[in-house]
Amino acid sequence: MSHSSGPDSLIKMANQIGSFFDSFTDRELARSEVAKHLSRFWDPRMRRAIMAYDTEHKDHNALMPIVREALSTMPAPPPNN
Amino acid sequence: MSLPRPTDYGTPAKESDKYVTLEIDGVEVTVPAGTSIMRAAQMIEHPIPKLCATDSIDAFGSCRLCLVEIEGRRGYPASCTTPADNGLKVKTQTPKLAEIRKGVMELYISDHPLDCLTCPANGNCELQDMTGVVGLRDVRYGMNGANHFTEGTDLFMEKDTSNPYFTYDPSKCIVCNRCVRACEETQGTFALTIDGRGFDSRVSPSQMEAFMGSECVSCGACVQACPTSTLIENGIIEHGQAEQRTTTTCAYCGVGCSFDVESKGEQIVRLMPNKDGGANHGHSCIKGRFAWSYATHPDRIKTPKIRKSIDDPWQEVSWDEAIQYAASEFKRVQAKYGRDSIGGLVSSRCTNEEGYVVQKLVRAAFGNNNVDTCARVCHSPTGYGLKQTLGESAGTQTFDSVMKSDVIFVIGCNPTDGHPVFGSLMKKRIRQGAKLIVVDPRAIDLVKSTHIKADVHIPLRPGTNVAVVTAMAHVIMTEGLHKEQFIQERCDIDSYNMWKEFVSREENSPEALAAEIGVDPQLIREAARLYATAGNGAIYYGLGVTEHSQGSTAVIGIANLAMATGNVGREGVGVNPLRGQNNVQGSCDMGSFPHELPGYRHVSDTTARSQFEAAWNVQLNPEPGLRIPNMFEAALDGSFMGLYCEGEDIVQSDPNTQHVEAALRAMECVVVQDIFLNETAKFAHVLLPGATFLEKSGTFTNAERRISPVRRVMAPIAGYEDWEVTQMLANALGYPMNYTHASEIMDEIASLTPTFTGVSFEKLDKLGSVQWPCNDQAPEGTPTMHIDTFVRGKGRFMNTLYVPTDEKVNARFPLILTTGRILSQYNVGAQSRRTPNSEFHSEDVLEIHPTDAEARGIKDGDWVGITSRAGETVLRAVVAERMQAGVVYTTFHHPFSGANVITTDNSDWATNCPEYKVTAVEVTKVSQPSEWQQRYREFSRKQEDFLANAVAKV
Repeated sequence: MSHSSGPDSLIKMANQIGSFFDSFTDRELARSEVAKHLSRFWDPRMRRAIMAYDTEHKDHNALMPIVREALSTMPAPPPNN
Repeated sequence: MSLPRPTDYGTPAKESDKYVTLEIDGVEVTVPAGTSIMRAAQMIEHPIPKLCATDSIDAFGSCRLCLVEIEGRRGYPASCTTPADNGLKVKTQTPKLAEIRKGVMELYISDHPLDCLTCPANGNCELQDMTGVVGLRDVRYGMNGANHFTEGTDLFMEKDTSNPYFTYDPSKCIVCNRCVRACEETQGTFALTIDGRGFDSRVSPSQMEAFMGSECVSCGACVQACPTSTLIENGIIEHGQAEQRTTTTCAYCGVGCSFDVESKGEQIVRLMPNKDGGANHGHSCIKGRFAWSYATHPDRIKTPKIRKSIDDPWQEVSWDEAIQYAASEFKRVQAKYGRDSIGGLVSSRCTNEEGYVVQKLVRAAFGNNNVDTCARVCHSPTGYGLKQTLGESAGTQTFDSVMKSDVIFVIGCNPTDGHPVFGSLMKKRIRQGAKLIVVDPRAIDLVKSTHIKADVHIPLRPGTNVAVVTAMAHVIMTEGLHKEQFIQERCDIDSYNMWKEFVSREENSPEALAAEIGVDPQLIREAARLYATAGNGAIYYGLGVTEHSQGSTAVIGIANLAMATGNVGREGVGVNPLRGQNNVQGSCDMGSFPHELPGYRHVSDTTARSQFEAAWNVQLNPEPGLRIPNMFEAALDGSFMGLYCEGEDIVQSDPNTQHVEAALRAMECVVVQDIFLNETAKFAHVLLPGATFLEKSGTFTNAERRISPVRRVMAPIAGYEDWEVTQMLANALGYPMNYTHASEIMDEIASLTPTFTGVSFEKLDKLGSVQWPCNDQAPEGTPTMHIDTFVRGKGRFMNTLYVPTDEKVNARFPLILTTGRILSQYNVGAQSRRTPNSEFHSEDVLEIHPTDAEARGIKDGDWVGITSRAGETVLRAVVAERMQAGVVYTTFHHPFSGANVITTDNSDWATNCPEYKVTAVEVTKVSQPSEWQQRYREFSRKQEDFLANAVAKV
């Protein structure tokens, strides 16, 4: 899913999630909470889209560092049927 | 033969640890101390004659009919005002008492028209009954003296028929004051009084105004309390006394009032709030008691319809053809775009059983998890926030718990409009002396109304709830107002330490956040101190908390406050989400979210999923599905092309209407099941008739987790209850469902959901209602949660960093629009607009502060254009002092108002709950409807023509 409005709304949503957990002083906990949240609440096509964006924009990336760190720990989502 | 009245004990029940024993007519009776002699006598079925007493209001002692004799005491005390006491010997019937009572009745009847045979109260009149009981045979004074019933005389007053639901006939009034006291004590509005003195006295709405022009809110408590036909439902005047009574549950707000539907055959005569109702105890609001005529409105959809395109007229078809067509279209879409390309929505207005069956249809027959409910757009942050912190996605208390609260903290809810029956209970407690904190941008009625005044009102800038609750936590922790022992025993200490360090930072102090919040920091300090130290502290919140980009953060912040102050796990305290619709709690419980199976178990939970797979004989997808806003995005993206929508009106209720319209237009198969051609149905390809709550069996679960029965009063107008339609669709898709009654669905829910294992229709018949968890550990339910331990084990604190919304005001959009509800209408208004409630609120208006209005040359009643980044609409302006400068407000009850044309796609970070409460706008004076309104009216007219001209398929 490329997402109708481009990746912008997914980036915004991911960064909102990142902002909540970013205030956790335990960085490892924050990272795992972001990954857990994305895995538990985002349909695989949304996860694929945000991961694709992150991969394709290694240098100029609008995602918060905590989100990028979380994405790097997440397995590739299964394909939608 | 009219229905027997429920037993009236004359005075309210009293609670006491002490009991007293007395003798009444030679019969010994033991009652709680404080109980009246009248009530004690009724308990042994020795009823004492009465007129001014009824057990919903305090004793008044004015009618002098309930006099008794007490051995050793002089005179004839009124049994309603005399408390029972140890050793009393009471006689309720003696020759002297009979003589006095007959004399009293003689005086009453001398000023009462003798038209019993044609009186609407005939067969259900307490005055008539008492006349019979005392054996009055003649009136010595005659009927020709000064009176209130002879037309043309000084005292005669015309009937007041201004209210669409009841009539006031002053000639029938016996000035018992029951209506006045019901308005005060039960409803808390104080709209009625007794005007005049002595024989001139008469009931007066406000200052002798017509009911419709008075402060009356049409709750009907006065009508219910009236012992004669002075105040009587128009349903009784029109249809006569009812012959059947069916107890069911209201289909409006999340209070979930229990009602007795009084009917004859399939003709409903009136709805009476059930005295034994656990949520409402015999009270109601205008919607529940009166606004049910939509059920037989001519707009009801009575036959299934199909069409290829939304630009085609509808074709009327048989149920079988409509179901087969819908199933074949869903199969076609899945064959073309994939199994995950379709999904379903079930309204939080539907029953638990309907919600359960829809999510089962999606998971088992569609083969994916693309199921959601309109709780998404109201209380999904509650589900997330409370699950994370306390461990259960639900409120912690009963409504009655508020009567043991010492301080009530209301944030982002307006109970007197949104949850009126609970609002009345809350006001009763406040009048008894509980302290009150209100956090709301508007000066809602609770801030100041008759005998109610908030101790602290924080008129925050919309979007800053998280700053307020975080700053309150700062005060509580830095001033040492927290309950350390409770925290140490009950909460997760690692999370507590992290949170404590976080909230104690200077950047989270009221002073640091005051500029963002827009209030004096001292107000926040006062609120925090009051909440933490005044005794039992209870938090009540609503959509003003959840419908923000930080909705979940605010819910978490609220839970943090309750845990830090030890205000969880007993009566009088707790975290209380006031749910929007009747079954928001239930729809969430039933697994209507794309990530959760019934009972809040994640789809990735192998153990839970295996149970459902075994019971349903199907393999389930372990990945979460699409939420409603995600469905719209996916539709526009071309990967979500079919939708089954039961009872929900996403076009009117979801934000950014034009975005929703575009998403629906992009879909190839939209199946809408509804009682009316709602706005979403105008974009549908298949229209399946739905059934109202009066036409089906099932259960609703209210905001206090109370599961209450919905009972069928009349046959479904189109032949089927809604779960039956879903079942037919499942079968047509090749997935077998074979329920024969809603009770069998509940039995399946109970067999698969640990918190419901003790729930059955049989138990609900026995207990009336039950609060979950209801299982072997709590066979009669759980009124208060988290008593000894939190459901998640240890309560978890979480940091609540305030992050300002992206929806910012600027020179182009300098005002903040916030949206809400009004008492007489309900959500999208599909039901309430099709009742006389529209006489109370015929259009949505824009409330604007006088300063903002003046700066724009806007006067009360002007048409104004409201423009946001998402769109524009036009409404009539109401200049209102209760608004704060810089903030405007509207409701979304009417489809052409277009309130959601201007709301944006911003949403809560955790749940995608839309940010309805903050939209940056500009308001200007205009002379014509917006472009969207003109376009939508044209589209809507065309769709209504398609419906009106639907032809039977040949």
